[in-house]
Amino acid sequence: MNRILATALAEFRIALRNRWVTISVVMMVLFSMVLSAAGSAPSGALGADRLSVTVASLTSLAVYLVPLMALLMSFDAVAGEVERGTLPLLLTYPVSRAEVLVGKLIAHLTILALAVGVGYGVAAGAALATDPNAADGFPALWRLMWSSVLLGATFLGAGYAISALSRRPSGAAGLAIGLWLVMIVLFDLALLAAVVADDGGPFTTRVFPYALLANPADAFRLFNLAASQATAAAAGVAGAASSVPVWQSLASILLWPLAALALAIAAFRKVSP
Amino acid sequence: MTQTLTLKQLTKTFQGVRALSDVSLTVAPGERVALLGHNGAGKSTMMKIILGLIPFDAGRVVVTGAAPGSADARGQTAYLPENVAFHPALTGLEQTRLYLSLRGENPAKAMGLLEQVGLSGAARRRIGTYSKGMRQRVGLAQALIGRPRLLVLDEPTSGLDPVSRRDFYALLDGLAAKGAAILLSSHALTEVEARTDRIVILSKGALVAEGSLADLRRRAALSVTLHVIARSGAEAAVAAALPEAAAEGAVLSLTCTQGDKLALLRRITALGDQVADVEVLPPSLEDIYSHFSRRDGQ
Repeated sequence: MNRILATALAEFRIALRNRWVTISVVMMVLFSMVLSAAGSAPSGALGADRLSVTVASLTSLAVYLVPLMALLMSFDAVAGEVERGTLPLLLTYPVSRAEVLVGKLIAHLTILALAVGVGYGVAAGAALATDPNAADGFPALWRLMWSSVLLGATFLGAGYAISALSRRPSGAAGLAIGLWLVMIVLFDLALLAAVVADDGGPFTTRVFPYALLANPADAFRLFNLAASQATAAAAGVAGAASSVPVWQSLASILLWPLAALALAIAAFRKVSP
Repeated sequence: MTQTLTLKQLTKTFQGVRALSDVSLTVAPGERVALLGHNGAGKSTMMKIILGLIPFDAGRVVVTGAAPGSADARGQTAYLPENVAFHPALTGLEQTRLYLSLRGENPAKAMGLLEQVGLSGAARRRIGTYSKGMRQRVGLAQALIGRPRLLVLDEPTSGLDPVSRRDFYALLDGLAAKGAAILLSSHALTEVEARTDRIVILSKGALVAEGSLADLRRRAALSVTLHVIARSGAEAAVAAALPEAAAEGAVLSLTCTQGDKLALLRRITALGDQVADVEVLPPSLEDIYSHFSRRDGQ
C-alpha cells in the first residue's frame, strides 16, 4: 500500500510541475462557466430548477472533456517511462506492475476529481446564485461528479493500455486521439446512421440500447440523463434510449473502469524493458 | 559457502542470434566481480537476465536463493543501469524518497543516502538540471538502499570524475566487507584491475576467461617488458651486454616471456652499478583483455 501511495504522490508531483493540474482545472472551470452562461435562457420554460438544467448541460460537456483529459494524462504513463529509460530500473524494484499502474491511476484520478469538482462547483454556484430552487438539483450534481470520475477512470485505464501497447509516446498520443474520436464522436454518429437506416426496425429496438451500454461514454450519458429530472432538457441519443433501465447504465459505468484497468495491467505485463 | 549468484549454462537467443551461450558463473558474498567485454558481448543482456527483466532460453539462474525477478530476489538485489535516467521533473531528494518507499524503507533516509554520494547540496534541485555525473550519483544512492545482498552495476563509474570514482569504489569496498556480492561491468580497465577480486571476460556471448588478474596474466602468457636505464657514461657497455634490447632514447627496452623473466633480470643485475634503474612492466589488463577476446574471435 505504501508503494502505491508513494508512486501516486510522485506522479501527482510530476503532473503538478508539468502544469497538468492547472490545465485540467482551468479547462473544466472555463467550459463550465461558458455552459452556465449559455444555458441560462431556457430554464424557466422547462419547469426544472436551474441546477438540474446545468447538470444536463454539464453531462454533455463531460462526455467530451473528461475522456479527453484522461487520455491526455495517461498516454505517456508507460511509453514515457520506456522512452526516458526509467522503466528497467523501476521494474527491478520489489513493486508489481499492477501496483505501479494503480499508483499512477490514483494520482491522475485525483487530478480529474479536482478538475471536475472545481469546474462543476463553479457552475453550481452560478445556478444557485440565480435560482433559489436550485438546491433541488444537488443529487443530480453529486451523481454527475462521481460518475464523471468513473468515466475518467475508464479512459485513464484505456490510456495506460494504449501507452503500454505502443511503447513510444508519439505513437501512444496518436492512438489516444484516435480512441477518443472513435468512442466519443464516430461511435454515436455510426449508431445514429444505423438507427436512421433501420427506421424503427429490430436494430433500433434490440441492438441499439446495448450498443449504447457497451460504450462507457454513452452509458455515462444515459445514466446521468435517465436518473436526472431534466431528461427533457437533453436532446439526441438519450431521448431515444430512455427505455434502458438505470441499473444497466450504472452497471456499465461501474464495470468499465475495472475492465480498462485489467486491460492496462495485462498490456503492461507484456512490455519487456 | 552458498553463492549469492549462480549462473549455470545460461543461454539466450535474440531472433536466432546467440546473445549468451553456456555461460556459467558464481559470485560469493563479499566478492567483487568485474564483467569485461566489448559492446555487444552480452554483458547487459546477462545483467538483465539476472535481474529478471528479460527471460532466458536455457540454463539455470539463482539469485539470492530465488528465481530471478521473483519478489524475493528483487527485494535483495540493487541495480544501477547503464546511463541511468530519472524523471526530470522530480528533485533528487523526491526521487530517492520514492525509491526508499518502493523498497519498504523509511523515506526520511533519503538525505543521508544523497550525502553518502556527495549530492546533498543539489538534493532539492530538479533532476532535469543535473549533469550526467550527478544523475549517476542518484543512481548510486538508490543502489545503496536497504543493504542489498547483490549489486548489479552496469558501467557504474561512467560520467564520474576520478575523485568520485575513488569514493565510489570505497563505498563498494564497504558494502563488500559487509557481505554484499557485487557484479559490475566497466570499460575503465585500470579501475577494475585495482578494485575487484575476480575478472570475467565475455566475448560474443561466451565466457572466454575467468579468474583473478594474476591467474589471467599467467594463463595469457603474454610477454613482460623490462626497461633498463644505464648509468651515464655506461650506456654503450650496457647496450653491448643486452644486444636484444631496443633503444628508446636513454631507455633500453626488452621483452621476454614470463618464464625467462628471472634469468633476464639476473643478467641485468650482473651488470652491477652500470645500471641505474630497472622497471618490470607486466602485461596490462588491456593486453590480457584483448588477448582473451581476440582468441575467441579467431
